[in-house]
Amino acid sequence: MTTSTPTRSALIEPDRRLPALGGFAPGALLIELRRVLRNRRTLAFTLIMPGVFFLIFGLPQSGQSLDNGRPVTAYVMISLAVYAAMVATTSVGGAVATERALGWSRQLRLTPLRPAAYVATKLITAMSLGLLAVVIEFLVGAVAGVRVPAYVWLLSGLAAWVGSLVFAAFGLFIGYLAPAENVMQIIGPVLAVLAMFGGLFVPVEVLPDVLQQVAKFTPVYGMGVLARAPLTGDGVSLAAVANLVVWALLFGVGAARLFRRDTARV
Amino acid sequence: MTSTHPAVELDGLTKRFGAVTAVDGLSLRVQPGEVVAFLGPNGAGKTTTIDMLLGLSRPDTGTVRVLGGTPDDAVARGRVAAVLQTGGLLKDLTVGETVRMTAHFYRHTRPAAEVLERAGITDIADRVVGRCSGGQQQRLRFALALLPDPDLMVLDEPTTGMDVEGRRDFWQALRRDARRGRTVIFATHYLDEADAYADRIVLVRQGRIVADGTTAEIKNLAAGRTVRATLPGADQAALAALPGVDAVEVRGDSVLVRTGDSDAVARHLLTRTAARDVEITSRNLEDAFLALTTAQTGA
Ligand SMILES: Nc1ncnc2c1ncn2[C@@H]1O[C@H](COP(=O)(O)OP(=O)(O)OP(=O)(O)O)[C@@H](O)[C@H]1O
Ligand SMILES: [Mg+2]
Repeated sequence: MTTSTPTRSALIEPDRRLPALGGFAPGALLIELRRVLRNRRTLAFTLIMPGVFFLIFGLPQSGQSLDNGRPVTAYVMISLAVYAAMVATTSVGGAVATERALGWSRQLRLTPLRPAAYVATKLITAMSLGLLAVVIEFLVGAVAGVRVPAYVWLLSGLAAWVGSLVFAAFGLFIGYLAPAENVMQIIGPVLAVLAMFGGLFVPVEVLPDVLQQVAKFTPVYGMGVLARAPLTGDGVSLAAVANLVVWALLFGVGAARLFRRDTARV
Repeated sequence: MTSTHPAVELDGLTKRFGAVTAVDGLSLRVQPGEVVAFLGPNGAGKTTTIDMLLGLSRPDTGTVRVLGGTPDDAVARGRVAAVLQTGGLLKDLTVGETVRMTAHFYRHTRPAAEVLERAGITDIADRVVGRCSGGQQQRLRFALALLPDPDLMVLDEPTTGMDVEGRRDFWQALRRDARRGRTVIFATHYLDEADAYADRIVLVRQGRIVADGTTAEIKNLAAGRTVRATLPGADQAALAALPGVDAVEVRGDSVLVRTGDSDAVARHLLTRTAARDVEITSRNLEDAFLALTTAQTGA
């Protein structure tokens, strides 16, 4: 008898192997990316709003210069690129909360996908959106007339992007902490306050003295200093680097611990 | 066949949540190719048992073997798949994307188009999951479970919350898919579902198996009727001796007779005794459960 469906025994055996890389797959990553880019809320907060901020708060300062003669608009643009990247990466990481609340994580546990592969997908998605956020902010700046040497574009952009890894970890941390579906509504204002302390909206130097001291210990401070260093020519202080590293570790370890608790069998 | 192992071997499973013993020393063996209904009321321990069977939770005591190995291994190799009572879906993916994304997690799957077809949701492949009805979402979960072409399919109350038509469509999809060799275990509240789709019914109550048999055997337990009548001073022994009578109970002036032959009891009561107000009611599943548990404690 001829049939289009092979018999079970012929069909199964060679296919019953474990997937490579714990089920991590570029194809799934692409769908994930498409999904993120379809989310209007994410797009509004990470790709559109920071650009609009630049046009409102940066552009009016055209013609003004920093101490080293570089344009103030570039300072604002880089700061807002850091802001855009951190909101982008946080929102992707924080989406884990939604997926847990919806029960998708439970559904995934019935597939060969290993939890580490799931987190890797989230991190890559977060960093992709973070990169897009930086590039768009820089494009808005460039079109609006910001002119700085190529190495500033490159190094500042790179620092803003790499620094946002801290917030990808922060997003995952919150994602595994909060069981809420609407977690970004809660984190949004928190991010704004952190950005304020990190000198992304106004230079830290204009804050009251006490707050300036506090600001140095908040998680955006380090990445802000690093991202602007190529522009301002200021040396990168050890404190700024330490700030970045310590927060990256704190959020990274925190996320890993919560993640392990979440995937433990009870 | 792929192996000579039983599809499922549960041995002395126990699971407690605080003071509640959700599963209480449950043992069960399911052979490859069997279609088994896990039938029981709310809180019987069906979901808790299925969670342990799938490796989603660990038993306090007892062991689980699935297709001769651990549940985790069976899941990772796509040999077991499930439609969960509580498993969620991403509302902002389309039906097709959900299937394709899930397919990427496996080494090998059936084609996405094929499982959509078999689950009967090809026409809504481009619809966003959040806009699908409960029944359509359930069929999507079923499509996901079909992807790895599993040897064992587990479904936990797959039609809960569906209307009559949704239930019928779902079971039709499942039946269309029923292939020789695939073992199916499904939990349900509905005797008619168990009756229509299972070869074997396992009745669970309070974390224990109270009956286990072919569909026909279990149906008989629930098929009887109760005859009630007002009859002061009823002769219990005479009633109990009638053909088909399972139990006789006297409550004050009333007598209740559980029987497989209600006509004989009614005829007897009306012609041979002074009984009045004779009522005949069908025994429902709950009565069957009660009868079973009573019989067990009495034994
Ligand atoms: N995570 C939990 N914490 C505390 N109690 C639980 C938990 N899960 C289940 N239970 C309890 O264990 C018992 C068995 O529950 P289970 O969900 O297994 O029943 P079920 O047969 O699936 O019921 P239903 O038909 O309502 O789905 C119930 O008393 C329930 O309240
Ligand atoms: Mg249940």
